[in-house]
Formats: sequence, structure tokens, C-alpha cells
Amino acid sequence: MPLDSKLDPATHKFKLVGTRPSRPDGIDKVTGRAKFGADANAPGMLIGKILRSPHPHARIRSIDTSKAEKLQGVKAIVTRDDFKCDDPSQRDVVYNIMAREKALYDGHAVAAVAASSAAVAKKALKLIKVDYEILPHVIDVDEAMKPTAPLLHGNMITANVDPAPKKPSNIAARYEFGHGDPETGFKQADFTVERTFITEATHQGYIEPHACLASVGPDGQGELWVCTQGHYMIRNTCAAILGMDVSKLRVTASEIGGGFGGKTTVFIEPVALALSRKANRPVKMVMTREEVFRGTGPTSSCSMTIKIGVTKAGRITGAHGEFRFQGGAFAGSPVELGAMSAFACYDLDHVKSIGYDVVTNRPKQAAYRAPGAPMAAFAVESVIDELAKKIGMDPVEMRLKNAAKAGTKSSYGPTFNRIGLIECLEAARKHPHYKAPLGPNQGRGIAAGFWFNFGGQTCVSLNLNVDGTFVLAVGTPDIGGSRASMCLMAAEELGIGYDKVRTIIADTSSLGYNDVSDGSRVTFSTGLATIAAARDAIAKLCARAAKTWNIPVDAVTWEGGYAKPSGPNAGNFQPLSLKDIASTAGKTGGPIAGHYEVNAGGAGVSFAVHMADAELDRETGRVQIKRYTVVQDAGKAVHPSYVEGQYQGGATQGIGWAINEEYVYGKDGRLQNAGFLDYRIPVASDLPMIDTVIVEVPNPGHPYGVRGVGETSIVPPLAAVANAVSNAAGVRFTALPMSPPRVLKAMEGASPRRR
Amino acid sequence: MSQVRVATTINGDAVEYLCEVDETLLDVLRDCLGLTGSKEGCGTGDCGACSVTLDGRVVCSCLVLGAEVEGREIGTVEGIADGDTLHPLQRKFIEFAALQCGVCTPGFLIAAKALLERNPNPTETEIRFGLAGNLCRCTGYDKIVRAVQAAAAEMRKG
Repeated sequence: MPLDSKLDPATHKFKLVGTRPSRPDGIDKVTGRAKFGADANAPGMLIGKILRSPHPHARIRSIDTSKAEKLQGVKAIVTRDDFKCDDPSQRDVVYNIMAREKALYDGHAVAAVAASSAAVAKKALKLIKVDYEILPHVIDVDEAMKPTAPLLHGNMITANVDPAPKKPSNIAARYEFGHGDPETGFKQADFTVERTFITEATHQGYIEPHACLASVGPDGQGELWVCTQGHYMIRNTCAAILGMDVSKLRVTASEIGGGFGGKTTVFIEPVALALSRKANRPVKMVMTREEVFRGTGPTSSCSMTIKIGVTKAGRITGAHGEFRFQGGAFAGSPVELGAMSAFACYDLDHVKSIGYDVVTNRPKQAAYRAPGAPMAAFAVESVIDELAKKIGMDPVEMRLKNAAKAGTKSSYGPTFNRIGLIECLEAARKHPHYKAPLGPNQGRGIAAGFWFNFGGQTCVSLNLNVDGTFVLAVGTPDIGGSRASMCLMAAEELGIGYDKVRTIIADTSSLGYNDVSDGSRVTFSTGLATIAAARDAIAKLCARAAKTWNIPVDAVTWEGGYAKPSGPNAGNFQPLSLKDIASTAGKTGGPIAGHYEVNAGGAGVSFAVHMADAELDRETGRVQIKRYTVVQDAGKAVHPSYVEGQYQGGATQGIGWAINEEYVYGKDGRLQNAGFLDYRIPVASDLPMIDTVIVEVPNPGHPYGVRGVGETSIVPPLAAVANAVSNAAGVRFTALPMSPPRVLKAMEGASPRRR
Repeated sequence: MSQVRVATTINGDAVEYLCEVDETLLDVLRDCLGLTGSKEGCGTGDCGACSVTLDGRVVCSCLVLGAEVEGREIGTVEGIADGDTLHPLQRKFIEFAALQCGVCTPGFLIAAKALLERNPNPTETEIRFGLAGNLCRCTGYDKIVRAVQAAAAEMRKG
């Protein structure tokens, strides 16, 4: 759906879009009434618990549940034998939710119990005997790629390699993107820099652990209440795994206590349904925090080698990157997206990215906000920063000299339409932060970032009520204030007040299929569908008015929430309000509703530029962020406060990734910091205010010019903070997180690679 | 296991319940009393989502036993509003967009309310350290700090 030609967002005066009303879910969330995943109960409910492998890699010889079954209060036990789904497209998902021949990581589920209480369920888990044959394991991505590494899957032949390798390995796939020839480019360069970078695995860190309440009867009909970013995905995946008809499983999305990509797949949901089916009782499952760390998906840890050449005048002549991402025990690390996005900020003649998707004995990664891009940007933007220093050029100036713009052939293939990187760089350069003086032991870092954004399958329904108000039913869980922005867009189109539309997240049986709330897609695609549904409703409202007045439908216009005759020739009629039309709808043709279904394209890529001031304690190695500014293109900010919230939240997650967060494994392959005490995410006292600048370069693919904003904000911070710390220390940091031990080591001149 | 009978006060109301000796106050509030506003984010006292006041002091209810609160006074998020009048902190959290997903919000409100009762005019740093026991993964804390500042200013005016 293209940008409205009559509606240039740069000059158009919106009535509601761009204002900051209170969110419709606000009162429930400040009074404790909002119902999250763990807040639902059902009559006769059992509690489900999962037994997890303590070994990173082990063959499961046998599982003996006989003792546990005899424990009073135990109503059902499931193991691999209960998940014999033969759908090849679900294979990895099924093997991940319940281990099959082998346990592939510390925390891999091997059995589950439903019992009359949590205490009984926990006791039962201890009575289950699993006979393990412990196998050698591999945790590190570079180690896992070696021919001598322990193999996770005996049949894994690297995809996309011609000729196909004869031997299996831990490399699931190879990807390649780019154009031109980087070697030719490097020959034209005055300087080149080549460096290898490391990032550790981090977790999305949503505060609400996974939780669900499942109920399946002997007739095969099921209900599932669950905190998820995509309840249709949950429904389709669970139905496939359990051999249920999709129509028989109704999934309702609870309020979701954070997801950031981590709630875009299934973990406990098929297990809870299987237990419920076996016990013929409702089963509630809630993960502990330890289970969240050990048993769900963090993002990849990465090893990356970047080479970039530049002329003295600051023009990049060639760029090459090799990206090695481990995605845990199954194929599917975000290396493809990392390699695609790595150089997307720049207009390059010679560029190549190669990506390797590697498996290791870690939990299967799940999406984490702009999957793959923050790590790639860390590596690339660090090298750009170093090159700018080498040629004595301002880092923003150097990026401006090479910035992608409309017409640039992107490093991953497509040619860019209208984009806003240059506008973001200019806004950053103009910001007072950029010229502000620095204190002792402080350094400033700047970095740019790119994200694709996504559209996808979307279906909405806008129903007119008898009093002239509307209910908008959408199928995309609200993870960033989308109910408010949908109300704004619907009300804008209809010409009514924000509070005259109520947006709800419909369950899977009440509305057609919707893709997951991911890819920064909701405000864009559900918004686009909402606008189209409102226009559909307006056409019907005008038709009813025409019928009432007995004039042609094209003689009716819609204005400010009223049907009006389009001009003096149309007739002299009093405008009809929504209430007038709604209250007589039964006589003019029945209920009135607007609908729209779409697989939305044209999401419109987005760019951001971040600035960070870091202060280094040279004695302890502690890094503190003293000032931080986010500049990002939103296309059109529908609710500016919630756009700022996305900018600030993404930046903060990136700061945590840069200086503190990491999965720490022992030599035994066990996760050593599966809790918020030892896996420390940023707290209020770690941070300054996060300043924001909303740039608006309209997206040609949305009627109001909207671009997704949720993910781009986490792309630049790893690099911005690393550049700031490097500038403060006078040493180039190539490994994250820049935790005190690593910082001290780097300052001593040692290699900052690994602890 | 024999259960313990406990008589206590929650949000000003007299409450009696039976609980297991090893049951946490958080589980009692959520599972026995239906007060699900307090959330379990970690169960180990690291995230603050289960914060309640115990005789006016902020505690993680996941670290307190249900059997420990006989005769004490407990305050939860459900008791912050006065009837249909929201507490200034509740209003400012909504107005300043200080919540996104909202799962940490009950804990932040409890901690912020206790902070302002102790110190009606906190500096930004005092607010940041006062709320350092509460994790939020959505907001980056900026808008939370601003909401607390705004609520404090309004409350000082009376």
C-alpha cells in the first residue's frame, strides 16, 4: 500500500497521528490487573514441570519414568516417545522442545510431569531415571568449525556449497552476498584495516518467564493461554507437533512481559498441551528464570573478520567480511541476516560478506531484536572508526562520504528506495552532544546501523458498535504500544476521537492468520491494514448514508466522522453521525465492519546513528556510560513517546551487550550464570538519560510513511560503545563484553580475546 | 506437611490464610489470594518484579515466607490507588510512557512509592539508586526516572 499521494507526511497535518495519548492498557498495568502468562488459572488445573539434561552432549540410552508415575498426585508424564511428529519442517523444533536420541545442551528438556501441585511435580522429576552416555562437547564457534570438533549431527552437510562436502560437520550452511570484487577495491585503497572480532551470546532478558495454560479434551479440542509474540505461530506449530486439527486449537495471547524476539517460537507450549491431553486436565507451566537462561534461546556468539580499504579522501574502495555465528544445537543462527546487513549503510562498488551458520552444544538460539545485525555492525563500524582515525577524518564525515541513499545498490542485493541515513548522520552532527566537551578518561563513540524491517501476513477487523464507537480486532500481540498506535491510525482515518476506538488482540479462532509480532512489523503492517480497514468501513458507511438519503453513493463524502452530501447538487441533508448510521444499520443492510487482509510488502528499511560517551576507570576496568544519544529514522512517528521508548530500550539492551552481558560456560559445558544476579542486565543506576532524535523520512510503502522502529535501535550501540571505550582507552577493543577483566587485560596490552 | 495459619493485613484489609511452611509470600499472594499484580521474574530476589512493602519497607516477596508475615502489614500494587483515584506515580507512569510491557511496573511503583515516602525530593541519582533493585528490559529507565521526578514534584505541591 503506497504512500498516499495526496498526503505528504512531511507537510500533512495529522489530527491524531503524532500525538501522545495514554495507552489503553495503562490502567491495567499500573494497578496489577493486566493478565500475563502466569496470571491465568483453570478449574482442576495441574502444574507441569520439565526435567532438563545436566550434560551439554549426551546420548540418552533410556528414560525410566516408572517410579515417578507411581508418586501420588502425578497425572501425566511425557518424554520423546510422546512427540513422534514426522513433519520434516518441524523436526528441529520438536527435537528442541524434547530431546530425542541425544541431549544437545545443558538445559535440553528430556521429560515433563504434570502433577497436582508444583511440589509433587518437582518430586516426580527427581524420580525419573535417565541413562546418559556422555559425549564430547563443543561450545565455541571457532572450535566447532574445526574438522576435529565433536559432531552434533552425524548427517549435517554444509548447505549452499558446491560441490557439496562429502563429510558432515558442524557448519550447517554458508551464505554469500555482495557485488564487485573486494580485492580490486583494496588495490585502490590508501589504507586497509583487517581485524577479527568476538561477541558473546546474550539473552533477550524479558522479565516475564515463559508461561502458558493448556487444556485439551478427549475430543481433541484445545485451548491455550500463553505469553507469546505470535499466537497463530504457536497454534500452527503446536497443532503440527501434536497432530491436531488447526481449527481445534484456540490460542489466546496474554499480556506479554517482554519478548524482544525470544517469544517467537515454542518451548513449553507443545509440552503443556501434550501433558494436558494425556491427563485430560488443564496444565499450567511457568518457567523458572534458570530455565529461561538454560532452556530458551539466547542469541548467537560470533567470530567475525572484517577488512575495509579507504582512500585518503575517505572513500571506501572495498569491503570484505566473514561472519561465523553459532546458533546453538540446531541450524538457524542469524548469520545470514548479519552478513546481509553488515555493510548495508554504505554505497560500495566492491563488497562481499560470507556467513557460516554453525551448531554447538548450546541452547538453540532464538531471534533477538534485529537478529544478527548488532554483532555485524559492531565489527564493521569498529573498522570504519579506526580508518577514520587513520586518515584524520571526522567519523560522521567519513560515514557521510560513503552513506547509502536512494538508488544505492545495497550490499545484500536490492536497490534502496527513499531512505534516511544521511538525514540521521546530519542530525547527529548537529546535535549538541556531538560537540560537547569530554572529561578525563572519557571517550566518544559513534556508529551507524541498519535494519531491513518486515511486513508480512496481516488480517484485521474493524467493527462498528451501536453507539458509533469501534472495536478493532488485530492478531499481532502488542509488544511496544501497538494498541495505542492502531487506535490513533483508525481514529485518524475515521475522523473520530482516539478513545472512540478500542483495539483488542483477538484469539486465533476469531480472526484470520497473522504473522508473529516481529521484524518491527506491527505499526507498519497492522497499521497499514487498520488504515485500509477504516477506509473499507468508510465506504460502507457512505453507502448506508446514500441509501438513507436515496442518493447515489458517490454523492456522499466522509468528513470528520460524519457522512455528508458531497456538494449542493447532492441534496440538502443533515450530516449523519456514526451513531446515526450505527443505530439504524439493521434497517439499511445489517452490521457494518471494515476488513483488510494482506501480505504486506514495502516495509521500508531503517537507519540509526548512535553517540555514546564512555568513562573508563583505569584501576578497575569498569566502563560507565555518561551520555547517550539515539538518532533514528521512524518514517512517521505515530506515537512519538512509544517510538522514543523503542529507541531507548534498544540502546540500553545494546549497552548491556557491549559492557556486561554474556553467557559464561565452564569447561564442563554447563552454563555458569543462569540467573539475573550473575547475568547482569543494566539497572537504572548504570545509565544516564538516553536522549532521542526522531528523524522522519517517509516510507514510500506505507500510506502515512511509517517505518518499523523496534529493532534498528539495537544495531549501533555495540559499536558506538566499543568505539567510545576504545577512544577513552587508546586501545582498540575487539571483543565484547567489555567487562572489567577484559578491559584491564586489553589495557595491559594483552589480547582481549577471551577470558 | 502441615499448613500454617497466618493472620495479616494486606492493603489495609485483614486477611487470613493457610500456607505451607516453605511457601513464599509471593506464591501466597498470587496463588492463594488471587493478588497476581506482584510478578515472579526470577524467584531469587534479583529482579524486583515481586516487590511489596512489609511494614513500609520494600522487600522481594519471593524471598519472604508466607508464614513469616503474621501480624505484619503488607502493601501490594493492588493497594496503591485510592478507590478510583490513581496515585500520582500511577498517573505519571502512564503519562510519561514509563511502562511498555508492564510486567516490571508493579515492582517499580512499590519501590518508587517507598522511595518518595522516605525522600520527597530525590535527585536523579537518588532515584536511579533507589530503583536499582528493579529490572526493566523495555524502557532503558529514562522515562521511569522522569515519571518519578514528575510524581515527586506533584506530590510536594500537595
